[in-house]
Amino acid sequence: MIDYIRINYQLIWEAFQQHLYLALIPVILAIIISLPLGYIAVRYKKLYYPLVNISSILYAIPSLALFLLLPPIIGTGVLSPLNIIIALTVYSIALMVRVVADGLNSVDPAITQAATAMGYRRVRRLFAVELPIALPVMLAGLRVATVANVSIVSVGALIGVGGLGALFLRGLQLDYLAPIFVGIILSVLLAATCDIIIVLVQRRFTPWVRAGGRA
Amino acid sequence: MITFDKVSKTFPDGTLAVENLDFELPTGKITVFVGPSGCGKTTSLRMINRMIEPTGGRILIDGKDVMSQDAALLRRSIGYVIQHAGLFPHRTVIENVMTVPNLIGTDKKKSRATAMELLLRVGLTESMANKYPVQLSGGQEQRVGVARALAADPPVMLMDEPFSAVDPIVRAGLQTEFLRLQGELGKTIAFVTHDIDEAIKLGDKVAVFREGGHLAQYASPQELLENPANDFVADFVGRDRGFRSLSFDSSGVLVLDSVDSVRSGSEILVLDDAGRPLGWAGPGIADERSPLSVAGTFTAADSLRVVTDLAISSPVGIAVRVNDSGVADGIIRHPSLVRQLDERRRQRAGTAS
Amino acid sequence: MDYLEYLLDPEHWDLAVTGNIPSLVVDHLYYTVITLVIASLIAIPVGLYIGHTGRFSFVAINAGNAGRSLPTLGLIILLVTVIGFGLLPVIIALVILAIPPILTSTYAGLRAINPASVDAAKGMGMRPIQILFRVEIPMALPLILSGLRSATLQVVSTATVASYVGLGGLGRLLVDGLALNQYDRVIAGAVVVAALAIVLDLIASSVQRLVVSPGVSGRALTRTSNKAPSSSVGPATATAG
Ligand SMILES: Nc1ncnc2c1ncn2[C@@H]1O[C@H](COP(=O)(O)OP(=O)(O)OP(=O)(O)O)[C@@H](O)[C@H]1O
Ligand SMILES: [Mg+2]
Repeated sequence: MIDYIRINYQLIWEAFQQHLYLALIPVILAIIISLPLGYIAVRYKKLYYPLVNISSILYAIPSLALFLLLPPIIGTGVLSPLNIIIALTVYSIALMVRVVADGLNSVDPAITQAATAMGYRRVRRLFAVELPIALPVMLAGLRVATVANVSIVSVGALIGVGGLGALFLRGLQLDYLAPIFVGIILSVLLAATCDIIIVLVQRRFTPWVRAGGRA
Repeated sequence: MITFDKVSKTFPDGTLAVENLDFELPTGKITVFVGPSGCGKTTSLRMINRMIEPTGGRILIDGKDVMSQDAALLRRSIGYVIQHAGLFPHRTVIENVMTVPNLIGTDKKKSRATAMELLLRVGLTESMANKYPVQLSGGQEQRVGVARALAADPPVMLMDEPFSAVDPIVRAGLQTEFLRLQGELGKTIAFVTHDIDEAIKLGDKVAVFREGGHLAQYASPQELLENPANDFVADFVGRDRGFRSLSFDSSGVLVLDSVDSVRSGSEILVLDDAGRPLGWAGPGIADERSPLSVAGTFTAADSLRVVTDLAISSPVGIAVRVNDSGVADGIIRHPSLVRQLDERRRQRAGTAS
Repeated sequence: MDYLEYLLDPEHWDLAVTGNIPSLVVDHLYYTVITLVIASLIAIPVGLYIGHTGRFSFVAINAGNAGRSLPTLGLIILLVTVIGFGLLPVIIALVILAIPPILTSTYAGLRAINPASVDAAKGMGMRPIQILFRVEIPMALPLILSGLRSATLQVVSTATVASYVGLGGLGRLLVDGLALNQYDRVIAGAVVVAALAIVLDLIASSVQRLVVSPGVSGRALTRTSNKAPSSSVGPATATAG
């Protein structure tokens, strides 16, 4: 395996970089899109169930199918990386909308009322009170979305853009375990690293959660 | 009768929760275990139905060692009520109540009818039967918990702080109804609380526990208030125990003054045509046409505590007794009351020593 | 509309023709069911054991995240390369991927149970096995079922990918269509497998609604919602892809 890495590090590095951006760009897009959507689902209660139901339908679609259904719908080429990025963004949004809404819903009404009584206006209250309190729930959802994305990207290899997934296909063709192991290990490590970073962010920004855990 | 025979419990981590507990709970009565937090009340209670097994001594129910019986069968014959009721959230109220009859194998129809009857008995309505526990208030949950424990008509009931999770007003209501129910059922009940007022209100006997699972005193509520065995009990029972102990004596023992003694003079009791008290008047108090209200009256059935409270809170320091038709038939002045209570105390002390 | 040609061609729905779409659906379901049965037989007892005793709980807590981070395609190809082509390596891979969501949610379901209810059950004279089946499992059911639901999605999706190493089922349309540059065939496969997954998910959510007591699902609270239910019947959020 060491030999394999020594000889192919260039190729592995490129696959890894591709994997990284294919997995993480969707996460960033999903955060930007699902925050307002989740807020709307909470603010306009009638929209909650439609949004959540659409989310869970989209979430159910198998990844390979979604990758391949996108080209005719949005006009991309079959082998375009955009398909992967958009599909993963869809999954992440589907998951995050619900998480954001449930996070905001989990804020004790007594707290929002207290904030209102102290003179917070709606928008200020959202950013100063409700979002911070909902943050642990939302970050937990973000962890799931990120880790899932990192692992799904390799499926893209079947349509030619799959980051580390390319190593799996190469291993299969050559009947050679080294690239397969390298791909799996790097993919798991990448997922674990992203996961740990989010956990650290959560510890840094929601110190009260751990304080409660220890008390 | 439940007998604790030199019972001890040391937990695996070395905590000595109960030590050498030796006392008897009378049949058909409520025995309350009371004491500060962590003194072993729950441990003692749960050893009766083997939820916890003693590490020393024996517990006998009507002479039979609980350890010699199958734990599950033993428990089915003992009602068990806990603080947050522990209702099964996935079962409706009526299904919760039918739990033990179902375990025993009682006919479904029969146990449903009994359960329904019990719900009414504990003060719930038939419409509650098909609700789920999440739909109940805290007080209602506790009632269902009590009904569930009663469902198989067990002779013995264990209750661990059943009313402590509800607010004081609801609690007072539950206590009163519980006493009424026990009046009808006459179960042998072991009842844990850390609230001394609850212990005195409910207990036929009160076992005061202290740290380390020792019995500090085992006595009737009255005795506890009047003759605390030691400083720990006196302190636990509280500052106004003297006043509270008055609730155990009837005012029938009091020597009253006649109503005529307050028909004229500095304090005048204004009566209506039938002789019912209207209020107090007199120079510097009020005009006879608009007398100060009599803040309340007592009857011969009331306790000394009621009379004392009336005498203290009356605007003129006089408590008025009425007969069954509300007609004033006697009065007692504050100084006279204090003198009589003092005599009573001295007599008690004399008989006690 | 040549995208839909393959899908709409009646010949491909003709049961007499080999490789017809309904038979692929049946195959796909067959793999899914086998996998879920095997995974449940392993994950539910283990989850119950860990949740009940609290022993090895780190396994159950971390299984979900670990399972999610395994690249499905990599796992399948690894097993095929080691064991050789065939049904066995693929089913093993699918089972490995289905276990974590079921295990984690069974464990979480058991942990979320109010200990007072279990105490009361014991105190009323239920035996351990009665406590397990009459109290603990019904109370943990919402979470156990949502774990199964996630696992179902995971397996349907991964079985599609597994066609790349020869597995039958709807993935064949996608993989063969890509290999032969028959894009309408690819679309047919994608549409049908997406529909299958969505239908299965809807069935799963209805089963959740039917089987779970309204007392624990939160449905009993629709009008007088002063207490929060411990968990609700909603879309599966543990794993997919
Ligand atoms: N399972 C256990 N293992 C170890 N120690 C225990 C266990 N259960 C109780 N204890 C200890 O035994 C002592 C008595 O506990 P117990 O629960 O009987 O107290 P209690 O009188 O019911 O208190 P409270 O009023 O707070 O309910 C306490 O010190 C407690 O910490
Ligand atoms: Mg206790």
